[in-house]
Amino acid sequence: MSEIKKIATRESYGNALVELGKAHEDVVVLDADLAAATKTGVFQKAFPERHIDCGIAECNMMGVAAGIATTGITAFASSFAMFAAGRAFEQIRNSIGYSQLNVKIGATHAGISVGEDGATHQCNEDIALMRTIPGMVILNPSDDIEAKAAVKAAYAYKGPVYLRFGRLAVPVINDNADYKFEIGKAITLKQGKDVAIIASGLTVNESLEAAKLLEKDGIFAEVINMHTIKPLDEQTIINVAQKMGKIVTVEEHSVIGGLGSAVCDVVAEKAPAKVLKIGIHDVFGESGTAKELIKKYGLDSESICHKVKEFLK
Amino acid sequence: MDKLNLQRIANEIRKGIVTAVYHAKSGHPGGSLSAADIYTYLYFEEMNIDTKYPQKEDRDRFVLSKGHTAPGYYSALAHRGFFSVEELKTLRKVGSHLQGHPCMQHTTGVDMSSGSLGQGISAAVGMAISAKIYNKDYRVYTLLGDGEIQEGQVWEAAMLAGHRKLDNLVVIVDNNNLQIDGEIDKVNSPYPIDEKFKAFHFHVINIDGHNFDEIAKAFAEAKQTKGKPTAIIAKTVKGKGVSFMENQASWHGTAPNEEQYKIAMEDLKKVGAALCQK
Repeated sequence: MSEIKKIATRESYGNALVELGKAHEDVVVLDADLAAATKTGVFQKAFPERHIDCGIAECNMMGVAAGIATTGITAFASSFAMFAAGRAFEQIRNSIGYSQLNVKIGATHAGISVGEDGATHQCNEDIALMRTIPGMVILNPSDDIEAKAAVKAAYAYKGPVYLRFGRLAVPVINDNADYKFEIGKAITLKQGKDVAIIASGLTVNESLEAAKLLEKDGIFAEVINMHTIKPLDEQTIINVAQKMGKIVTVEEHSVIGGLGSAVCDVVAEKAPAKVLKIGIHDVFGESGTAKELIKKYGLDSESICHKVKEFLK
Repeated sequence: MDKLNLQRIANEIRKGIVTAVYHAKSGHPGGSLSAADIYTYLYFEEMNIDTKYPQKEDRDRFVLSKGHTAPGYYSALAHRGFFSVEELKTLRKVGSHLQGHPCMQHTTGVDMSSGSLGQGISAAVGMAISAKIYNKDYRVYTLLGDGEIQEGQVWEAAMLAGHRKLDNLVVIVDNNNLQIDGEIDKVNSPYPIDEKFKAFHFHVINIDGHNFDEIAKAFAEAKQTKGKPTAIIAKTVKGKGVSFMENQASWHGTAPNEEQYKIAMEDLKKVGAALCQK
């Protein structure tokens, strides 16, 4: 068996920005002293005049990005999810969201897979925060191919977009000819009949692996890649709710206000179904390797498999 | 435009402020009146703008960082011809395009939404950076309150503006010395304001913010200044022009009642009559 290629989606972000920069003169990238980590450094190297390092001042960076966007330029503002969605929440709401300015927030190092840096840097709340801003689009790609497609789609879309990327190298799973990324359109990766697993970000691959394990026990799970958290693909959720009546959501985020909550909002109103939310359960993270933490917090394929079985009992 | 004409326009803008806030039954007259002369100079003398093409690409930009003084901003825009002066009476009412704080999507002539203090200056820095990257020669102006500069983000923005040598940016501080809770130096003193901006690599000019000769000289000096952004620290009187509002923190965010409205308009009419006799 050939080695599975692994790439962190933050790498994809940097590479996609360079491609965008080559194709479009009207792209400016901002960072807050994390260019080496967010990977905007590759853009900085290619287009130094269009890369603005704001220093360690994320709130100002969001406002500067907003100001640049008012002049007809697409601004990508980059930092760790914690300091973008967290620290600069109000700047994103009032300076970017309220005016629907064309700013793309490139938030890397989301979730517990940040690893060793620990809880202060592990943002499990960003999706919840961003969902509350009217008109904000939220994209949470699952691998390199999807992350690059998301960056391009974000550029093509006029208005604020929150892009969520990870630090950890994750397997490339969307490397196929029919792959197509469309904002707000979920991708069904595997058909099933017993339960639907709706996942996002790095949990998509874990969910696919979990589905393989479940099959060994005769459980056929449908696996859906919900790369867009907002606007949410409600129809796909309604379809699986009606078809199977049982949904499991898996996210590297708090179960409060994230993908699981968003799915529950839809089924509660439009297609009642039983939902199990797998995610971070109202706790802070901790230091450790990403792999250890993913297992400890129950987001690895074996944990997902076990929880789905319990849920179906 | 000569000084007398600017003074007359500023007086009309002040009448518009009082009228708008009176009809809204809420709003911020104090800081609107203190900045009325600065609004007048920017919109009637300094800025390259065209009311027929409010979005023209090469226009100078203005960001009202102290967004709560929208009545002054709107009155200046209305008197300049971006919309009718009569519309000032719709301020803060449901369905009006004149929101409590400036919104670029609602109001013609507004270049950036603002109102949450400390944020407007960052947007102005962004506009100035964009001009530098793409070799545009428009200039960017932003007006801040002296209480507002207690916000840390102001200094994040100032640091970047100084660092990037944004000589196309002019920051104006409306130094009326009053904020909601009282005198700024008693609440949490930002003084010395000029020295702070100097330390952030700004060219700094101190002026009397009600003296059009000094205002004109300062903006001309800003234009001549290369390699540095300019900060104009304008000493002003909160509530300027309305006898009972002058230097009163209580008129920061209070609307006059009918009786007070009449007195205020009488005050301004007297000023107007005196200016006509000059």
